[in-house]
Parts: sequence; structure tokens; C-alpha cells
Amino acid sequence: MSASAIESETPDAPAPVSDSQTFRRAFKDLRDGLNQRELWLSLGWQDIKQRYRRSVIGPFWITIATGVQAAAMGLLYSALLNIPLKEFLPYVTVGLIVWNLISASILEGSEVFIANEGLIKQLPSALSVHVYRLVWRQVLFFAHNFAIYIVLLFAFSIWQNMSWTALAAIPAFVLIVANTLWVSIVFGIFSTRYRDIAPILGSLTLLLFVLTPIMWTTQALKDQGGQAMERVRLAELNPLYHYLEIIRAPLIGADQQAYHWYIVIAFTVVGWAVAILALRKYRARVPYWV
Amino acid sequence: MSQPVSIHTQNACVDFPIFDAKSRSLKKAFLGKAGGSIGRNDSDVVVVEALRDITMTLKEGDRIGLVGHNGAGKSTLLRLLSGIYEPTRGSASIRGRVAPVFDLGVGMDPEISGYENIIIRGLFLGQTRKQMLAKMDEIAEFTELGEYLSMPLRTYSTGMRVRVAMGVVTSIDPEILLLDEGIGAVDAEFMKKARIRLQKLVERSGILVFASHSNEFLAQLCNSAMWIDHGQIRMQGDIEDVVRAYEGDDAAEHVRHVIKEMERENTP
Repeated sequence: MSASAIESETPDAPAPVSDSQTFRRAFKDLRDGLNQRELWLSLGWQDIKQRYRRSVIGPFWITIATGVQAAAMGLLYSALLNIPLKEFLPYVTVGLIVWNLISASILEGSEVFIANEGLIKQLPSALSVHVYRLVWRQVLFFAHNFAIYIVLLFAFSIWQNMSWTALAAIPAFVLIVANTLWVSIVFGIFSTRYRDIAPILGSLTLLLFVLTPIMWTTQALKDQGGQAMERVRLAELNPLYHYLEIIRAPLIGADQQAYHWYIVIAFTVVGWAVAILALRKYRARVPYWV
Repeated sequence: MSQPVSIHTQNACVDFPIFDAKSRSLKKAFLGKAGGSIGRNDSDVVVVEALRDITMTLKEGDRIGLVGHNGAGKSTLLRLLSGIYEPTRGSASIRGRVAPVFDLGVGMDPEISGYENIIIRGLFLGQTRKQMLAKMDEIAEFTELGEYLSMPLRTYSTGMRVRVAMGVVTSIDPEILLLDEGIGAVDAEFMKKARIRLQKLVERSGILVFASHSNEFLAQLCNSAMWIDHGQIRMQGDIEDVVRAYEGDDAAEHVRHVIKEMERENTP
């Protein structure tokens, strides 16, 4: 009875072709990951609760830390750049909480598979589960930080100069989250293979933080005129400037131009195309590389 | 289930790239000596061939035990069959919900309570939260931990953790069950209870692949065996025959004894 349990394949049957590197499997991975949402939703929450276990105010330490940083930077730079605090503090705060979301997706995204080595090698689940868990955690962080903005909204009466255009912040947020997903997939896969990428990204994000108008404004550069005007054009080359602009402008009731949106949408499409290609070609390799 | 549970691999190979090995020196040192098990690929990276040309077909009702030396590729084969490692050459198609039981500790969080760990661990094994809540009483009873389940897992002893992990693992209904050895560290009384639950789990599951060094366990749970040697299938067939070829007559005699005893128990 036992010998028949494992039959060898009949020789005339065509050899099945491995489907590991197909688009079908890449999309299946993303879909299967979504179906396991119960898992990553609880794991993402767990990650946040974990960090603040046994502390009295718990996850609101996230809010406080960002609040303190925004207040300190707002006070200092409003004096340095000669901008009224009433205008500058909301600007810095929104910039900072959006920046936190972006930089975390780059930094933690590049570690997403390396950090989950144990799970990847022990449990057969979609790779995207780890990415969804990371992004969900960052969205929760963002929600905690957003409380500071709500406070400022009323403290500085920003709501008075806001209109329905503020609702543009919602699609902007969705776009940014869509970008954090592809960033985590692409950087996650490549930095698992090439372990130098994560440290490079580490110093690069630090550089980008300084180069992106978060603590300073492009308006301040324009006001100086002359040579400084040229620098504004350089700032436009930084894609992260446009990501910040599409969400910050509606939230602080400032005007914004449509080209920021076009640039971000273009980056989203190209980024996802790269992510799908990377998933197709290297998805099955990640368990070998971690 | 629309499709029957099955596993089919055709000339599946698993090659691990070792990026931090100095490829040139290793190439000279090992090629030819170890039968090509360490070589290099076209991009000059050292690779270890963990499995080579694995062709097997498993279908509903198959209970197969893996034997072989340490490092022969048993655990890697289980990971190939679970879909964690997709073959680098050849193909593998796996139909059915897989429950791998390799490391009882993976996916357990020391900071959260036993109850929460049971749910999370269940989610990892493809169950839903609802299903796990329905099974909670039964699992809690099996672990015999009582009130302790609401304490953080870090306060548990190793044996208590194994109880929780075993409780979850044996509560699910997998279509393909992949068991790796290393189920120990519990007292004899509990082991007896766990063994009964494990046997029931095996009966519920469609396919079992079990890697173990314990011939007794093998004889109790499986109906055929496979000998893995140097990443290849060396022999497959009756448990008794495979064990005889692998370990000699004494071990085979023991297997025959265990099987006879089980038959006696099953026929009252």
C-alpha cells in the first residue's frame, strides 16, 4: 500500500512549468495579503501597543514627541526666517507629520523583509502581509500625530481661512499611502538582496529632510530674490516636495497648483509598475535572501 | 473544496545563494570534492544545493515520514512543500491549505497574554479570529493553564509555552499538515494527551509529511516513509523497509513491533 502512496510521474506527461515568476503570482500575492487583513490589522495595532506597554499615557507619547518637536522647530525657525508663528507653526507641524510617514516608509520599508525573517522562513504567507502591516502601523502613527493638527486647527483658527478645497487632503493622503506601499515593496526587496541599500537610504533620508521644505519655505527663498530664486528651482527637483505640497496646502488653507498632483500621480504609477515587476521577478527569491 | 488536496513536485531544486562567502576560494576548495553540492551560479555567487531533483506526488490520505541525517534536507523539503521556498529549478504545485508546524515559538509575542497569543498564532495559521474564539475554551482546557492564560507570555516557562503552541496547532483543520520534529519539553503526562490530539489532527488533515528522528513516532503517525540523503530522495516505500535501509535491522524490528502493537490496540 505504501509504495503506491508516492508515485513517480508518468514519463509521457509534460513537465509542468514553474509559475513563480509570473504577473499572476505577483498579483495573487498582493490579493492574498489583503485577504489576511485580520492578521496584519491586529499585528499593526499590537506593534503600537507593544511600544508603550505599561506606560500610563501609552501611544499618546507618539503625539507628544511630535508635538514637542514641531513646537521647538516652529518657534526657532519662525524667528530665523522671520515668518509669523501663527502661519509657520501649522506649516511645520503638518510638514513634520507627513514627513514622518514618508521617511518611515523608506527606512522601515527597506527593513521590512529582513525584520520579519523568522516569520517568512517559518510560515507560508503572502509577502505583502508584512508590507501591509508596516503601512498600517505607519497610518496609525499618522493618526496619533494628526491630533496635534486638530489642536492647532482651533488654537490658531486656521479653519477660518479654509474652504472645501481642504477636502483635497483626503485623496492626497490616499495617494501618499499608495506610495508608501510601493516604496516598501521595492526598497524591501532590493535591500534584502543588497544589504548596503538600507544604510544608504538611512543617510539619504536625513539629507532629504534638510532639502525638503519642511522647516523652511520656498516662499522665503523667493522673497530673497536673485541667486536664491534659482534655488527654488532646485527644490522643485526633489519629488518629496510635491508629495508634501499636495497634502500640506489643503490642510493649512494655502493655495496650491495642479502640477504637484500630476507629478505625484506620475510617480505613483511608475513606482507601482516597478513594484509589480519586482514582485514578479524577485518575490519567490525573498525567502532565500533573508 | 473544488480541487482535491495534492502536492506535486517535478525535478524541484532548492539552491541557496551564499552572498558573503568568498566565491573564488570556495570554488577551488569545494568543487568536485563534495559532489557539486557547493558550486556557483552564472553570476559567480556561491550556492548550496539543499535539494536536488525532488519529484514526488502526494494526494489525499498520504501520511509520509521523512528520515535522514542532520542536514540531509528534511526541513528544507518541508519548506519546499509548504510553498515557503519556491523551487529555483523545476516546479512545485501545492493545492490545499497548508499548516506548517516547524518552530512552535514563531509568531508568539512575549508581551501579550496567552489568550491573545492563541488568537494571533491561529491567524498566522490561516484561521479567522471568529474561528479561534470559538475554539478558545477547548484550547484553554487542553493547555491546563487556567487563569494563567491572561498573564503575559513572558511569565511562562518553556513547557507552558509549548502547551499553548501545541494547543493552537492541534486545534486547526489543515488540508496539508507539515510537522517538523522538536516537539518536546513537556512532561510525560501532557505528552500523552498531546499525542492523542496530534493523532486526531493527523486524521483530520488530508496530507501529512512528518520529519522525525523517532522511529516510534513515525510508525504511529505515518503509512509510508522517504529517506532523504544529500538533498535527494534516496529511497521511498514501507516504513519498515526504509528504516531497515537507513538504520539497520534492529530499528526495523522496532518499527514492526510498534506497528503490531498499534494494530492490537485498534482491534479490541
